[in-house]
Amino acid sequence: MLLKHTTKEIKERTALTVNPAKTCQPIGAMYAALGIHGCLPHSHGSQGCYAYHRSSLTRHYKEPVMAATSAFTEGASVFGGQANLLQAIDNMFTVYKPDLIAVHTTCLSETIGDDIPQIVSKAVADGKVPAGKYVIHANTPSYVGSHVTGFSTMTKAMVDYFAEPGGKKNGTINIVPGYVEPSDMEEVKRICSTMGIEIILFPDTSKVLNGPLTGRFHMYPEGGVTVEALKKTGRSRGTVALGNIASSAAAFALDTKCKVPYKLLDLPIGLHGTDMFIDTLRQIAGVNVPDSLTFERGQMVDIISDMHQYFYGKKVGLVGDPDQLLALTKFLVSLDMRPIHIVTGTPAGKKFGAELREAVKDVPCDVNIQLGGDMFLFHQLVKNDPVDLLIGNTYVKYIAKDEDIPFIRHGFPIFDRIGHSYLPTVGYRGGIMLLEKILNALLDRKDRDATDITMELVM
Amino acid sequence: MARTANTEIADKRLLDGKDPEKIKQEMLRDYPPKIARKRAKQIVINKIGPDGTVPEIASNVRTIPGLIGQRGCCYAGCKGVVLGPTRDIINITHGPIGCGFYSWLTRRNQTDAGASPDGHNFMPYCFSTDMHEKEIVFGGEKKLKQAIQEAYDNFHPKAIAVFSTCPVGLIGDDVHAVSREMKEKLGINVFGFSCEGYKGVSQSAGHHIANNGIFTHVIGNDDTVREGEFKINLLGEYNIGGDAFEIERIFEKCGITLISTFSGNSSIDQFANAHTADLNLIMCHRSINYVAEMMEKKFGVPWIKVNFIGAQATAKSLRKIAGYFESPELAEKVEAVINEELPEIEKELTLIRPRTVGKRAMMFVGGSRAHHYQELFKELGMETLSAGYEFGHRDDYEGRRVLPDIHVDADSRNIEELEVGPDPDRFKPRKSAEELKQLAAKGLTFAEYEGMMSEMQAGSMVIDDLTQHEADKLIETFKPDIFCAGIKEKYAVQKHGIPMKQLHSYDYGGPYAGFKGAINFYRDIERMVNSKIWGFLKAPWEKNPELSANYVFDE
Repeated sequence: MLLKHTTKEIKERTALTVNPAKTCQPIGAMYAALGIHGCLPHSHGSQGCYAYHRSSLTRHYKEPVMAATSAFTEGASVFGGQANLLQAIDNMFTVYKPDLIAVHTTCLSETIGDDIPQIVSKAVADGKVPAGKYVIHANTPSYVGSHVTGFSTMTKAMVDYFAEPGGKKNGTINIVPGYVEPSDMEEVKRICSTMGIEIILFPDTSKVLNGPLTGRFHMYPEGGVTVEALKKTGRSRGTVALGNIASSAAAFALDTKCKVPYKLLDLPIGLHGTDMFIDTLRQIAGVNVPDSLTFERGQMVDIISDMHQYFYGKKVGLVGDPDQLLALTKFLVSLDMRPIHIVTGTPAGKKFGAELREAVKDVPCDVNIQLGGDMFLFHQLVKNDPVDLLIGNTYVKYIAKDEDIPFIRHGFPIFDRIGHSYLPTVGYRGGIMLLEKILNALLDRKDRDATDITMELVM
Repeated sequence: MARTANTEIADKRLLDGKDPEKIKQEMLRDYPPKIARKRAKQIVINKIGPDGTVPEIASNVRTIPGLIGQRGCCYAGCKGVVLGPTRDIINITHGPIGCGFYSWLTRRNQTDAGASPDGHNFMPYCFSTDMHEKEIVFGGEKKLKQAIQEAYDNFHPKAIAVFSTCPVGLIGDDVHAVSREMKEKLGINVFGFSCEGYKGVSQSAGHHIANNGIFTHVIGNDDTVREGEFKINLLGEYNIGGDAFEIERIFEKCGITLISTFSGNSSIDQFANAHTADLNLIMCHRSINYVAEMMEKKFGVPWIKVNFIGAQATAKSLRKIAGYFESPELAEKVEAVINEELPEIEKELTLIRPRTVGKRAMMFVGGSRAHHYQELFKELGMETLSAGYEFGHRDDYEGRRVLPDIHVDADSRNIEELEVGPDPDRFKPRKSAEELKQLAAKGLTFAEYEGMMSEMQAGSMVIDDLTQHEADKLIETFKPDIFCAGIKEKYAVQKHGIPMKQLHSYDYGGPYAGFKGAINFYRDIERMVNSKIWGFLKAPWEKNPELSANYVFDE
């Protein structure tokens, strides 16, 4: 047993987190900043932070993750990190020549109370920021929120720093894709391009964290939203924000700053999530949905109907990030599956809880929803009420192995498989891939459990 | 005049046909002048003097903000490296969630919980107080106390350790007082570490703090003397990928009794008992020499430097152990084991060496691996062009002979040096001064480490705390056949089209230690330097972009 000390009996805990279902804000901010072209993310804290974030993101993407640090020492922690950040800005622009630096704070610099805009304005005054280059920032203390809110805050910073108010609105639509994979961002762009809609997607980590091997290392890969595009977001017709927790802050900010109206949607995971997304785009942009997308939708519906018997009634335990959990739960319910344990570590708020409860109201059994829970509790819930399928990040494999339950990987981090960088789970195509993953897990198990007599060739 | 000129020529060693001094200058050219001056002291072209002296290299100095390097923090060194691999301590990270999360199972320390009677194994778990804003403002001691209580109630461990993250030091939570109080209350060993990430200049500070804590709170708690004639501790071996298992196998074959390993496949019970061993062996000098020094002062256990990375190095280390115990039976047993193991090595090298010989490697990792792994590459006939440590000190590069000359700066001064004297009851020198002298005359040196540089070629580039910029320059200039470092460097190196071997995690392979490990390493390196994939980087149309005529299908 890998997790042999996990008991079925659940004792109340108020202070100890065991096997967290979230991590800290700065890593989300770093991930978002990598979605700007030519950007060097910078961690204003001690060097352990960026070392951990880069390591985690690298293990997840198996790609270079470039970022820098203020490398606080004890002295900087007492006297403030201004000198370190000034030196870092100078060094980064001199040696690594980014178009912009995106600074995020940490628990250390936030506890000290470093004022980033003040330090940056000193860097500008000292001539350390070359003409035409930028330093932006987001406050992401690790003791608030989670990696998802860190992503959200850095995405909002892109609006705060760059979106230009005024000017004539054009037909472009802004899309804030949520804390999703590069493959998902690519798929959102493909769908929009198929529909003939001009979009600005931000952040955009596609072609940054799923790049090719060519024999040449590029510090700043081809992908990422450009600063020019970010500036233009203020003149777009509207913003579609996917995933309330990760994306709404940026959408609100654009509305407030530049009067760009927004529409908040679930992540386009699953049939209805994608339906809503495409239908909304159609209405905002005033275009017809091309037959090719309707065709893809039909394929997805076809698969669900063909294989419905294998989905029906299966119990699922999910652990992960709130926006993903909500969209996945709705998808699973639409397949007549039964998500019965739903756990996130992110403090996602009452409204989110209510929405999630609404999504499972027709599930004909008890459903445990834990916001601010951890994977130890998740495991205990599974022990008390076993499930047919587990969905979560790589750490869930320890639970899956101990309890001998089929498992599919979804979310962050996935350290032990590839695929998430290249194959989307959003849109109808992503939905088909997700269906295939779910079916493979369930049917492989069915084959494994079949006796010599009951083994089925055709399924 | 003529003599000077000759010396100059002799000093102008070429590295892989290139002038290393010129390459160094090119590396520095892109830095702001002040930074270039600082880095110049950390980039050294190796030279070996007639008396074995090597040039001075600045190391264990502050990381330069903004340069992008390899280092982690004090907490990572303390919790992640030294205490992490012990299966039966509940390690609670006191801080916001990130630090605990990132150090959760990511270092590949294997452990065999079946070897402990109670079977405790908390290594697959992550424990954190997950501090929120409220605790940052009003203090986190209450939450920490409650967390320790909950850890006890849920898991009933025999020990709980608490690790401070950056904000803990700033807000002034006293983890030591809380630990003492809970130790009293629960009746189990509870101890804290002030290993805030900002302390020191790298992981190295955390190693030192961990050494101090484990020496103060654990070593010597259990005086039971275990059976065995040749009792040793293995220090600085973390059982990445099962290295310690292979070393244990060899010890067992030789009849050497392993009391404890700090810390791989380890249990707190073994630490408590470590002072009953008769010899300390040091693998990773950087991370653990403090414990060895303190055990010698307090209990009289001498230490020697060993290296079980490389088949020849393993044989040499075993002979050192036999030499120390001065037992003909042990010496005979050791020789028998070496003779039994080496033929397999020879057989493997006969097959593999022709495909690796002459290839060139670079390695930038840790505080000992960049040195130790040169042994394995030598066995493969490969040359190390450039190497350096992430968090080594001058003694790891230049040897312990420079210890008296090392300037203790403000960052190091903040890390406590424990005052340790002989234990009134338990100090027992294992060898008399006379015996030690005799052993030294036979070539067994105690409390000595020669460092990396004396074993490297003159002209090779030794670079401390390598930056991304310098790594890129090295790769572009030399196009090495293999580059070794950690996960953060892995894919940037490979984008250059150069295979990259992780020497922290072994790319999830291994073990690489001992005899069987050496064979695993030979095979992995041979696979990597000869992999077909590096020839597939260009598509046919990129190789021949010119269209000379329209392609016509045969009728």
